[in-house]
Amino acid sequence: MTAPAPSTSTETAGGEPAPAVELIDIDKSFGAVHANRDVSIRIAKGTIHGIVGENGAGKSTLMSILYGFYEADRGAIRVNGRPVRIRSSKDAIAAGIGMVHQHFMLVDTFSVIENVMLGAESGMLIQGGIKKARAEMQRLERDYGLSVDPDAVIGDLPVGEQQRVEILKALYRNCEILILDEPTGVLTPQETDQLFQILKALKERGVTVILITHKLREIMAITDTVTVMRHGAVVAERKTAETDREELAVLMVGRKVRMAPDRARARPGEVALGVAHLGLTDAFGVKRLDDINFSIRAGEILGVAGVSGNGQSELLEVLSGIRPPTTGVMHMLGRDVTADKPCSPKRMRRLGVAHVPEDRHRLGLVTGFPAWESAILGYQRDRAYGFGPIINTAAAARDCGKMMEAFDVRPQEPNLGSAKFSGGNQQKLILAREMARMPKILLVGQPTRGVDIGAIEFIHRQIVAMRDEGTAVLLVSVELDEILALSDRIIVMFQGRIVGETTGDRADERQLGLWMANAHADGPEAPPPGLPPLLAPELSSRSGKPGGRPGALPPGMKIRPRK
Amino acid sequence: MNATPAPMPRWLEIFGLPLVNLLMAMIVSGLIVLAIGENPFAAIGAMAAGAFGDLYGIGYTLYYATNFIFTGLAVAIAFHAGLFNIGGEGQAYIGGLGAGLMALLFDHSLTMWPMLALGLVASAVFGAAWAFVPAYLQAKRGSHIVITTIMFNFLAAALMVYLLVNVFRVPGSMEVVSRDFEASAGVPYVHALLTAIGIEMPQTPLNLAFLWALICCGLVWVYLWRSRGGYELRTAGLAPKAAQYAGISPNRVTIEAMLISGALAGFLGFNEIMGNHRQIVLDFVAGAGFTGIAVALMGRNHPFGIILASVLFGALFQGGSEVAFEIPTITRDMIVVMQGLVILFSGALAYVNRPLLEKLWKLYQARKNAKAAAVVAPVSPAAAPDAPVALAEETATLAATPAAPEPEALETTPMPKPAPVEEVLEVVEAEIVTMGPGAEPPPAAPRRKRGPKKSKRKPGEV
Repeated sequence: MTAPAPSTSTETAGGEPAPAVELIDIDKSFGAVHANRDVSIRIAKGTIHGIVGENGAGKSTLMSILYGFYEADRGAIRVNGRPVRIRSSKDAIAAGIGMVHQHFMLVDTFSVIENVMLGAESGMLIQGGIKKARAEMQRLERDYGLSVDPDAVIGDLPVGEQQRVEILKALYRNCEILILDEPTGVLTPQETDQLFQILKALKERGVTVILITHKLREIMAITDTVTVMRHGAVVAERKTAETDREELAVLMVGRKVRMAPDRARARPGEVALGVAHLGLTDAFGVKRLDDINFSIRAGEILGVAGVSGNGQSELLEVLSGIRPPTTGVMHMLGRDVTADKPCSPKRMRRLGVAHVPEDRHRLGLVTGFPAWESAILGYQRDRAYGFGPIINTAAAARDCGKMMEAFDVRPQEPNLGSAKFSGGNQQKLILAREMARMPKILLVGQPTRGVDIGAIEFIHRQIVAMRDEGTAVLLVSVELDEILALSDRIIVMFQGRIVGETTGDRADERQLGLWMANAHADGPEAPPPGLPPLLAPELSSRSGKPGGRPGALPPGMKIRPRK
Repeated sequence: MNATPAPMPRWLEIFGLPLVNLLMAMIVSGLIVLAIGENPFAAIGAMAAGAFGDLYGIGYTLYYATNFIFTGLAVAIAFHAGLFNIGGEGQAYIGGLGAGLMALLFDHSLTMWPMLALGLVASAVFGAAWAFVPAYLQAKRGSHIVITTIMFNFLAAALMVYLLVNVFRVPGSMEVVSRDFEASAGVPYVHALLTAIGIEMPQTPLNLAFLWALICCGLVWVYLWRSRGGYELRTAGLAPKAAQYAGISPNRVTIEAMLISGALAGFLGFNEIMGNHRQIVLDFVAGAGFTGIAVALMGRNHPFGIILASVLFGALFQGGSEVAFEIPTITRDMIVVMQGLVILFSGALAYVNRPLLEKLWKLYQARKNAKAAAVVAPVSPAAAPDAPVALAEETATLAATPAAPEPEALETTPMPKPAPVEEVLEVVEAEIVTMGPGAEPPPAAPRRKRGPKKSKRKPGEV
């Protein structure tokens, strides 16, 4: 996509200009964990350099060393050819290094300008600093096209703009080397495009960008060079133009991976879960869910796409019984659940509703428990674990061992603390627990968030296998690839409403992305330019009402029209 | 693996840290004793002799410990549910009222064992009832349990004064106490039982309630770690959201935990009223409800730890009064200061010494690694003299991974004996000695914390 011209030309110029960043034999251990093994990377000035690897490959540790959170056990760092010693983020900033973290470090109640100058107020009184910051921000906007209203309050800004503020913060501190840690995890495809525009502008002005990600698509789209890490070591360096996604994927995991699981066509049966006019209003009177209508049949997967925070979490909470709905009705396996007739998570489980929660650390398991105790969470009253008030710990541990074996949870030690398992293994344990009792409805939230590629493949296969067994699956994910790979039908949520619906085989990324950003909420009849022909007739056949339900429903589905 | 969050093995955290804290408290106490011109070692000696020197001392120590076990368990069980029950004082007071009330009502009509059983149940029910109100308010109304339980301590105190003055006081008497119970409402004394089987023991208030306290420890352990209710309680305490997810009602857990907590605190009243005083008196709790917080903290909210901590605090109480008796310049108030210091160091400052201990542990680990390196690659140090440390570390990780005594393995077993570690240390040092000067242990290592024998050997070779 992007021509690798700048980097090659400077390197072949012969004058050997010093690389912006040079990491030489960086080695770092945490106890017995060898996080970085003799990592050496050269990053040429004014390029976008990607670092890819699975979770736990050591990318973040490496960047934390560069940004001064950790000090390397061994090795050297050179910035612009000069050896530097970076012992704190202060040293890093002094060396011209800036970092945009995965979770933003912003004060929500402060304005943009206050956040930008935070920690660099220049002087006792704030007024002079603000004036200076304002002038500087105008210059940055001029130079890089980074436009953000300096007086807007951070909490009111969309995530994409918050991220821009983070970049502004770094540039305000005169950074020439910008590290971005998984910057696109929270962005819509459109916001991601905007971010990439900004990064390209930065590159043109000579800023060196280091992009940490595990999304290969982004690497291919924007970087000039890419370093692949595995098990703490660099396994390959490539010019982006000379490689492709498949090669990088193989390098990352050390073997071939299939990008999407093989799956047969769904053979849907009876409607297992039907939802009509479902609404949820929170304590502040904000509508978290607004007139949600859908149904899932046994043996099919309904994907719920959307940028996080648009009601998907609340939908899972309501469907699993954690929160009762405020309006509407859920028909679950022949039982009606409403605000007046709520159904506790305990009863839901008894009905045959299993729930793999989005937040596995706080909901899915108890990090302070050994694995076997987490493996009975929600089923602690199950007769399988003994009669009466006492838990048969041997039976529970045996069960946990069986789950671990079936789902390849490593290490296979039921007595090991839940927190000591990696994210992927924790997730596999939770899936094993929820799938063990052959639920009729399976609610799955972000099944592969923070999970490495090998485990993703396994988890996807398990979800499809459950579907083939006749379970109705509701899959909530912010990863479009995942939604597209698994879903038989897809709905898209935006601000608590369903704004789009399509079938799995007809869905395309671009259309879903537009729905996720609600980009055409006011004029659904006018399909955005460049829409693939496959979807165009569908769009034009829609009701015509603004915000009307797009996409054709599969035959036999009855959903009441929106008001 | 000793990764960043928990570089110390658990046994060190559980046993080492409280011991270090205790030591700090003793050092500061010693300095205070020194400041008033007394010999701190004599004071400590007198204290130990007073607490454990004879059966009389032991009897009193265990009698105090009984109270602390009950209140410590009460605090611990609430803590596991994520609640901070500061109302042990009041719950114990009201528990005593329950036991006393039963005794006053039925001591003429019932024989001993039914009477005692009734008193035991009544103390639990009354204590639980006193804890129920704050629990209910927390669950249904969101009133913070710390505030309400504290207030209920004052309510209990006022109520007891009223009842004793206006209801229980023997007419015509100036003393604010109830009438003495009949013999049937007295828990058998341990000294009486021992004398009956031929062991001479002086008279102390130690009674069979101590046995019940130990049984309660076992029951609490089973409840917390082996029962469904305890599982749900701990889930709600550790991860409230996970509890909700699992269909556990947080309100039910709050009320259940506080009922059990209150009942346990109420047993203190049983020990005091039917075991010791054998009449209803004022202020018999005497701060044990608050000491229970320090006991639970020091005992890590584990029944076994609570027994140990309770005996320690019992010894402080009993030994303290002996010291005040034997060394007149060390007054009763000084003893209170010392007890306060123990609570300060093991309670409020419980984790202050953690970094220190962690550092020592790391030094020890570094030595162990050096030893492993010496075993695996005895020739390499000479080959690469400029990077011995890094080399040693690398080979150490290689060598250590398959080796057995990984700290992780230690962590999974509940309480491994610290003894083998010392043996290992001995071996480590032997290895260091055998290594040549080129194979120095990592630079941080040669600070020592061990006995004099090894220290003497060291200066020669470093």
